[in-house]
Amino acid sequence: MKISLNWLSDYVDIEGVEPAELAEKITRSGIEVDAVDNRSEGLKNIVVGHVLECSQHPQADKLNICRVDVGEEEPSQIICGAPNVAAGQKVVVARPGARLPGGVKIKKAKLRGEESHGMICSLQELGFDGKVVPKAYASGIYVLPEDARPGEDALGLLGLDDTVLELDLTPNRSDALSMLGAAYEAAAILSKDVNLPETAHEESAEPASGLLNLRVDAAEANPLYAAKVVRNVKVGESPEWLKARLMAAGVRPLNNIVDITNYVLMEYGQPLHAFDYDRLGTGEIVVRHAAEGEVIETLDGTERKLEPHHLLITNGREPVAIAGVMGGANSEVHDGTTTVVIEAAYFSPASVRKTSRELGLRSDASTRFEKGVDPNRVIEAGERAAALMADLAGGEVLSGTVLFDELDKEPKRVTVSPDFINERLGMKIPFEEMEEILRRLQFPYEAVNGQFVIDAPTRRVDISIPEDIVEEIARLYGYDEIPATLPVTESLPGGLTPYQDKRRTVRRYLEGAGLYQAITYSLTSESESQKFALETAPVTRLLMPMSEERSTLRQSLLPHLLDAVTYNTARQTSSVALYEVGSVFLGEGEDGLPTEVEHAAGAVTGEWSAAGWQGGQKRVDFFAVKGIVEGLATELGLSDKLSFRKGEMDGLHPGRTADVLLDGERVGIIAQLHPSEQKARDLKDTVVFELNLQRLLREETEPLLYTPVPKFPSISRDIALVVPKAVQAAALESTIRTNAGSILKDVHVFDVYEGDRMEEGMKSIAFSLTYLDPERTLTDEEVSEMHNRIVAALESEGAQIRN
Amino acid sequence: MEQQLQQLKDEALQAIASAADVKSLNDVRVKYLGKKGPITDLLKGMGKLPAEERPKMGALVNEVRGEVTAELESRMAVLEEEAVAKKLDAESIDVTLPGTPVRTGNHHPLTRIIEEIEDFFISMGYEVAEGPEVEKDYYNFEALNLPKGHPARDMQDSFYITEDILLRTHTSPVQARTMEAKQGKPFKIICPGKVYRRDNDDATHSHQFTQIEGLVVGENIRMSDLKGTLDRFAKKMFGEDREIRLRPSYFPFTEPSVEMDISCFKCGGSGCNVCKKTGWIEILGAGMVHPNVLRMGGYDPDVHSGFAFGMGPERIAMLKYGIEDIRHFYTDDLRFIGQFRRTEG
Ligand SMILES: [Zn+2]
Repeated sequence: MKISLNWLSDYVDIEGVEPAELAEKITRSGIEVDAVDNRSEGLKNIVVGHVLECSQHPQADKLNICRVDVGEEEPSQIICGAPNVAAGQKVVVARPGARLPGGVKIKKAKLRGEESHGMICSLQELGFDGKVVPKAYASGIYVLPEDARPGEDALGLLGLDDTVLELDLTPNRSDALSMLGAAYEAAAILSKDVNLPETAHEESAEPASGLLNLRVDAAEANPLYAAKVVRNVKVGESPEWLKARLMAAGVRPLNNIVDITNYVLMEYGQPLHAFDYDRLGTGEIVVRHAAEGEVIETLDGTERKLEPHHLLITNGREPVAIAGVMGGANSEVHDGTTTVVIEAAYFSPASVRKTSRELGLRSDASTRFEKGVDPNRVIEAGERAAALMADLAGGEVLSGTVLFDELDKEPKRVTVSPDFINERLGMKIPFEEMEEILRRLQFPYEAVNGQFVIDAPTRRVDISIPEDIVEEIARLYGYDEIPATLPVTESLPGGLTPYQDKRRTVRRYLEGAGLYQAITYSLTSESESQKFALETAPVTRLLMPMSEERSTLRQSLLPHLLDAVTYNTARQTSSVALYEVGSVFLGEGEDGLPTEVEHAAGAVTGEWSAAGWQGGQKRVDFFAVKGIVEGLATELGLSDKLSFRKGEMDGLHPGRTADVLLDGERVGIIAQLHPSEQKARDLKDTVVFELNLQRLLREETEPLLYTPVPKFPSISRDIALVVPKAVQAAALESTIRTNAGSILKDVHVFDVYEGDRMEEGMKSIAFSLTYLDPERTLTDEEVSEMHNRIVAALESEGAQIRN
Repeated sequence: MEQQLQQLKDEALQAIASAADVKSLNDVRVKYLGKKGPITDLLKGMGKLPAEERPKMGALVNEVRGEVTAELESRMAVLEEEAVAKKLDAESIDVTLPGTPVRTGNHHPLTRIIEEIEDFFISMGYEVAEGPEVEKDYYNFEALNLPKGHPARDMQDSFYITEDILLRTHTSPVQARTMEAKQGKPFKIICPGKVYRRDNDDATHSHQFTQIEGLVVGENIRMSDLKGTLDRFAKKMFGEDREIRLRPSYFPFTEPSVEMDISCFKCGGSGCNVCKKTGWIEILGAGMVHPNVLRMGGYDPDVHSGFAFGMGPERIAMLKYGIEDIRHFYTDDLRFIGQFRRTEG
């Protein structure tokens, strides 16, 4: 909402308050002022000119040479290129030395050999937004009324000697969508009175009801409809002051009748509509809901198809307006209109909101009806418009109002105690100060048994409960006055849950292992949404996606994580290691919501350890990433429960994919991407993992207990085996463990060889075994005996022992 | 024999002095003091001497042997030291060459901010509460005093899945769920998480972003408690000399509602580009929990009251680190993320 301070001062005395100071006060007490626009800033030496002569420039078709009286003895010669310039006009002249918006300086100039002493201005050149410039002057100079005096400062005439505050209103403060609402706010802040506009006007003896019948068939959606009839109006341009105010408020002037309805809309926040009585044709207004399939052509020339819940104003036969949203083309006021019907109505917010949404039509009128207009100012606004039409369009107002009125206009009664207010705020505002604030707000109240019984004015639709009064008192008393304390509650221990704590451990571990944390989008395309998913579940798709690319919730973190890897490798970061912890969404779980499962995923490509000056470069491979996952399991105390087996999944290398199992149940994968997937993503060898983190973090682990440090030495023995390539290390290890007694403490692979020196189809694999008895020193003999038993078992399974 | 002994001693001392390294000195030791050396021979030959001369000669031989041995040892010490010095010199390296890099990653900047905020509130006795990102309309709107058709629903256009299920537009549904779960008991929580709104992604908008909200419910929770809490928070996050101010605002779930500004941490309040010349920076929204919200969460507004606040980690990170475009947070460029590694303070 744009508030012209010139206009505002009609209703409240703001004399002596600097605009910036007023803006600051309004902001601090409740309504944010977004901008303070001093409209004459940077403008000077701009005067009224009288075009005495106007002839075509001999050297240029599109230029005119004008002799303009600017209030000096001699007229000035000014070259003007506007198509609408003509002798006899009063115009706006920027004289040599003038300043225009944007720092433009006007100097004497020669145009095609002819001198020009200044410039005749369009409104746009004076800083007006093209959207508010009257259509007649949209592509030319602006023409002032005939009574403008040459040489007079033009800024005042154009309403540019003004400052406009731009209010950024929160949805609850729709009362300030009007000059009067802003005036009540300013009056409360400055402790002033509000002067209401003049609504008195003369009336002819003839009653309006003689010309117009009214029937409302939808009282719930339209509980109040008031119509005034004004005869013998002269449609024409509005006076300068009215046009200037509308433009300052961001409204384009059209003609005096429409301008008056818009003026009252801005003044009262009450939308009005003016019908041409003769074009209405029937002398009747019927308010009803639309019939199935009914159609109306609105003012903007668009044909609109209506639904049965849309509220219409009709002439008894056909629709003439969509109630509260937009008028129809058939009953519009035009230059030849002589009799006008002014509609002032209350349309229910819900009805207007639904209609304007469905038709995609939002207007100054609909936004105000949607929030709820002041029930007690509807009829008054109609009277105000009638008074202005009598005054500015020479109209004759017929007596009385054609009225349908079932609207509840009672104020809301709110009872609140001063103690409650102080308790909620943690303050000690004296009773008298609270009374003073209520008076400034013009909230009628009585003090009954130490309680305030307040009749909240109907203009303030946001006031209905005691907490609303707490806010009103606090904001006008000043939030700076509230002390800073801390809550006094039952002392509660704060902290992370074990799950949250472990999740932090996981992040830190993965970062310690060299991975950077990524955060990617949850929404992806439907076709990507199930890629790399660990479980099969229905997809969760948006009803109305903004794009197919972001239409469906992901079931794996990997697709977006791989996008991030590609993003980096495409920007000269060839080695990338990223991880993400986030939710995947498995369709149709409890309560119709998808089941959200927290996953951890990683993607690594390029060098694993960089080639420094000492060499030692190592490229990322499956085992580097498997090591990270194994380390994570150790970190979480799950290494004994975790195992791996060959796995497969679309998009992954069929020979380099492992399922990660927790107690035999699949909880994740580790794999190199399939070469075709890598190619499609423009990646070199890339290894990924994805784990059902939630499953891992919820797995209960034994309490951590210390095992005594061994007092006796251990003995190590190695076994080198030759086996077919297909034999898995895990199977051999399992044979070793099942055949070893309790003194075998550790087994690990320390060498694998598959090269030329091996027989075709065979590989060599070497284990190191460690034996230990915590109670005594082992003898060579008993270790040898155990070791031989293991060797024999391996041999019986077909392994050859290598020496 | 005495003369022979003297000559031997001179020879030995000469050889010791001219030994250039440990090895040749060892040769000297073997030559003169070894089992087959001349001094041993002399001792062996003593049997031939008359009995009365033997003690004197014995003493003399031992004396010479002692002198030679001492000289040998001291020379040995010198030579060994020289050898070590030479070896160390050969082993010296260029200490200005770079060390072997330790490969580690780091937190995403949003996680860094969120954990910092979490840790502050945990220290004030708050729990961290989380909830689903796909929510029921009831928890996202209705339980927060935003019934269907409420005008404030316009403020946050949403991604609906069905008419009743949507991607949460704020983390407030966690507050509603927590109130239900706490069954009338007092509590203090903060709720971090991802939220979603129908916005086109640009420098200042992202269809996915993060939020942290806080909620305190108990008996006689006052607006001054909110102010005190936010004041401590602002000082912790943005520096001890920060001041805060509250401005009236509107949120459907709080009444009164406020926005909190902090005094500009860049210019201290005199006005700069960060604070758009106002000296103040808007950080978060807050307010006293609306009685309807308390009621729907199972709390009696006549007995209980509460405050709530909410902020955007993206905005805080952008202000704190001077980041100009919100899209950086979701592009995962290592040249961006990698900058948020070191400690501060
Ligand atoms: Zn600043």
